[in-house]
Amino acid sequence: MILAQVVLNGFLVGAVYALFSSGLTLIWGMMNVVNFAHGDFVMIAMYVAFVAFTMLHLGPAIFVPLAAIMLFLLGVLVYYALVRHVMRGPMLAQILGTFGLALVLRYATLWVFSANFVSLPENLLGEVQTFAGLRLEPSRVAAGLAALGLTIGLHLLLTHTALGSRLLAVAEDRSAAMLVGIRPDPMQALAWGLGAACTGVAGALIALFFYITPTVGESLALIAFVVVCLGGFGSVPGALVAGLAIGIIESLSAFWIGPAFKDLVVFILFLAVLWFRPQGLLGKA
Amino acid sequence: MSAATIPTAPRAAGRWVLGVAALAALLAWPLLVEDEFIQRIGALVMLSALSASAWNLVGGYAGQISIGHVLFFGCGAYASLLGFTWFEWAPILGAPFGIATSLLLALIVGSPTLRLKGHYFSMATIALAELARIVVVNTPALGGAVGVSGPAMPRSVLDLSFISPLPYYYIFGSVLAVLLLFTWWMSRGRMGFYLRAIRGQERAARSLGVPAQRYKLFALLVSAAFTSLTGSLYAAMLGFVDPDSGLGILLSVKMVIAAALGGAGTLFGPLVGSAILVPLEEMTNAAFGGGGTGITYVVYGAIIVLISRFAPGGLAEIWTWLRARGTRRGG
Repeated sequence: MILAQVVLNGFLVGAVYALFSSGLTLIWGMMNVVNFAHGDFVMIAMYVAFVAFTMLHLGPAIFVPLAAIMLFLLGVLVYYALVRHVMRGPMLAQILGTFGLALVLRYATLWVFSANFVSLPENLLGEVQTFAGLRLEPSRVAAGLAALGLTIGLHLLLTHTALGSRLLAVAEDRSAAMLVGIRPDPMQALAWGLGAACTGVAGALIALFFYITPTVGESLALIAFVVVCLGGFGSVPGALVAGLAIGIIESLSAFWIGPAFKDLVVFILFLAVLWFRPQGLLGKA
Repeated sequence: MSAATIPTAPRAAGRWVLGVAALAALLAWPLLVEDEFIQRIGALVMLSALSASAWNLVGGYAGQISIGHVLFFGCGAYASLLGFTWFEWAPILGAPFGIATSLLLALIVGSPTLRLKGHYFSMATIALAELARIVVVNTPALGGAVGVSGPAMPRSVLDLSFISPLPYYYIFGSVLAVLLLFTWWMSRGRMGFYLRAIRGQERAARSLGVPAQRYKLFALLVSAAFTSLTGSLYAAMLGFVDPDSGLGILLSVKMVIAAALGGAGTLFGPLVGSAILVPLEEMTNAAFGGGGTGITYVVYGAIIVLISRFAPGGLAEIWTWLRARGTRRGG
């Protein structure tokens, strides 16, 4: 039974991983830009939730959408002010630009909020329930289910709407998309906005049960990189499967080996997968 | 790019004069400056240039962007200080062991990871370095999260423990000179052409018979050895290493940034990049009072962002642009 509990917790965290990794994979797959600041976007969203709750006394029903909107705007701003110009240069310029941005966000937050760990109250969404022998923490369950729903929603947006088709058309062939009258710039800005909005929601959700500190983005970014590599660049369903898998693997290895080693197992598995499938688990050859 | 670097005869002579003058300036300036703070920055520039130049062999010349080079740096730093902790050796005596470990690691991980393309290679190297960091943090024999220290008091010259930064400047500078000579020799020879071909279009290079895998691996091995030596020298100077300062991602990224800024795949690019970034970091540190507040990295990060925004090709781009303007005016 305890194993079922461990898997459930892993699944719920994994759903949140899947959501912010979907944002990364969208940006990565669409314009082949790695956003090294992605983890720090999640961190910013966590602080948005923290500030909204402790200072403005707003509940999750307000601070989750608020974080989504704020991060959407940040993503669009970053695209127009930085990424659009960086894309002219070699791949190294992307590392320079987005990692520099990561440093600015991370250490500006450190400057304002100090390095202390903070967190939201555990029972923000109510007390722990027991169902069929499983401990259900409302904050985890709500965060996991919401993230799962939104990741699937993002996939449907991309595959079942005209807007999604336009986004994917630009991703597939920029010049061909221009020939049929799609302007690539607003589409790519939208991709950055959506990608960052994913981190906004995911960050506000994960803040419900995760510690908040300015450097938390670094480890979250690594998880997102692994998820995107395993799921294939640009694939939201791939990110969903890989995110859930990573969440469950982390949870199981924390249970069997020890919490300090949970990322160790993830990275070893990641390298093992690359060894056998250099194009990623679900990537195209 | 390569057309511009082939000098004509009279310009070659001018280049020699310029080169000798630059070398003399590099050797002499720390003696003319009294301020130890500035001398220390000079030593740190050399150290950063060393690691960035070592990275440049794989990341610049071969075009395989590793973001896990701190793995080799950490091997060197830890080998040096663990040699002291366990056997009371002078830190620099641990350097050969750090290099040996780095070469072994590069051999083991190089063959599978160098098959990876583009971003996959970068991500695999990040994962490897992070793996090493987690192992060290959780192994008390390797100092755990606390780290390991060198000798508290210098016992002999071999400890390389000096109060003045000047000896460090010249030691680091000499090693850098060896590395740059090797890089120069390599880039002019068959290997340099092969690596450039691999960077340009690996498939095409392979189809013309370039043994890409073997040459990439060789570049990685040399690069790992020098990065490890840099780690050992760093440990000898600072006398302390912990998982963050010896194996943190930030260090890997700093190597990439220094090389990218000055021009990846150019001989002096990493040195130029370091000569800009290190003083920038140290000056902001001094101005805003050290690491704790984090404002240093806000300024540092902002400047990197601005550079990538306005000159995505690095300083080489600005240089080419200035030269193009110069020739257009009939210069």
